[in-house]
Amino acid sequence: MLRVENLRKRYRTGDEALKGVSFSVPAGEVVGLIGPSGAGKSTLIRCVNRLVEPTDGNVFLNDLNITQLGRGDLKRARRRIGMIFQEFALVERLSVMENVLSGRLGYVSFWQSFTRRFPQADVDKAFALLERVGLSDHADKRADALSGGQRQRVGIARALEQDPELLLIDEPTASLDPKTSRQIMRLITEICRERNLPTIINIHDVPLAQAFVDRILGLQDGELVFDGPPSELTESVLTRIYGEEDWTTMRGDQDDGEDGRSARLIKEAPAELV
Amino acid sequence: MTVENASAAPRIWRKQPFIKNPLTRWGLYTAALIYLALAVSTVPVNWARVWEGLDRGWRFVQGFLVPDFTSRWGDILIGMQESLTMTVTSTVVGILISVPIGIGAARNIAPAPVYAICRGIITISRSFQEIIIAILFVAMFGFGPFAGFLTLSFATIGFLSKLLAEDIEDIDESQTEAIGATGGGWWQVVNYAIQPQVMPRLIGLSLYRLDINFRESAVIGIVGAGGIGATLNTAIDRYEYDTAGAILIVIILIVMVAEYSSGYVRKWVQ
Repeated sequence: MLRVENLRKRYRTGDEALKGVSFSVPAGEVVGLIGPSGAGKSTLIRCVNRLVEPTDGNVFLNDLNITQLGRGDLKRARRRIGMIFQEFALVERLSVMENVLSGRLGYVSFWQSFTRRFPQADVDKAFALLERVGLSDHADKRADALSGGQRQRVGIARALEQDPELLLIDEPTASLDPKTSRQIMRLITEICRERNLPTIINIHDVPLAQAFVDRILGLQDGELVFDGPPSELTESVLTRIYGEEDWTTMRGDQDDGEDGRSARLIKEAPAELV
Repeated sequence: MTVENASAAPRIWRKQPFIKNPLTRWGLYTAALIYLALAVSTVPVNWARVWEGLDRGWRFVQGFLVPDFTSRWGDILIGMQESLTMTVTSTVVGILISVPIGIGAARNIAPAPVYAICRGIITISRSFQEIIIAILFVAMFGFGPFAGFLTLSFATIGFLSKLLAEDIEDIDESQTEAIGATGGGWWQVVNYAIQPQVMPRLIGLSLYRLDINFRESAVIGIVGAGGIGATLNTAIDRYEYDTAGAILIVIILIVMVAEYSSGYVRKWVQ
């Protein structure tokens, strides 16, 4: 169970990325967070594990108030929160196994991690996870030898190796082709339901989100403007989140006229800060 | 195939000059030329001395063409041995000291006070040229390779730490973020997210520094810090240009071997 209360974030540049966001995610629910670039999606999930420090508000993981923790306690809390990244964020020159085992770093001493002597239980779990994501033959390959879809599977295994109580997923499919995207989304949602994990997925691809998540949050300029099941995501709701656009031709984005393009660029400008 | 705008006159396009105003532009160019001419004209050249020196230079070239390895072979061997010892020990010690300083001097992972101290050490090490440091150490510890070893270690610190720090500042932050997000501590982030990213370059730089240290060992020998430089200096002082030629050839050979093998190792660690 994740509860976010009145979360605010103002960057030092003065940009207000989050303007008081509140919501909660019960165990086992997969939430898709949609919104235009620069709306604050990345900031929002990074405020949950405090990779970005929120300016104000509270984040509760079960009963633990994450926003109040000191450095040491924060590190212990981060162990319980798995994170999956857009560009996979694997350590490219380490092997697949080392990447997966890095999910245990919060649980082992520096010396154990330095010598790569992880407890047998951690190694067993890593092998089981690699099997679950379909990469059991690749344990000793270097991460940069894998394809995009395979790398994201390693990212998933690394997050699960933490035994997380919450999953934060930042644009998991943005660097993947359409088919791999669907496979990865399917894998993520299956695993979350198997493990009864509350999950937030930042996602740009609205139809993909609708196909896989239980609930959708729409973020627009730092504020939640929609919270409901995917079926309620109508054209008028999309307009409220993203602004005026001909949604019936959403797939034809590339043919946009000058106006549509410049309008989007203006929206994207603050994204640099996220 | 029809050209739609065939009737329109072609629009001429030229690359914009770096300095827009033509007056400023040509003014600056002329000023630079005049300054260059004046500067060159003030360099004093004693043409009589040059004429005299040509002869000596020619003898040097001749000695180089007919190198004499045998008559001073013992001295060359000892000098080489000293130089190589100096090079290897100073590079190893230099690397060992450089790594922590380099980590401390990387703005993205080091706390501000540590950063300031480490950058200070690097600046000090980089602001003194090897020869000056060698003269200081020779004065402190006497003639011989120990002063050379200290000089080269000192110079290695400035070089390696700076380049390592800059490499750490250029790493892919998403990997650091990901390791931090798992709850890993600072040392674990360094070991898991940063070390794998900078290791190939650190190895490459270390080999490059080994190379530089060997060449420098020949130079600092001239001010008394031992090694092949001292041998070379003695040979030139005695007008034994054939032996000097032999020494230079040996130096070139060793630098070539270092060059090729380091290139090979660098390719292998990528």
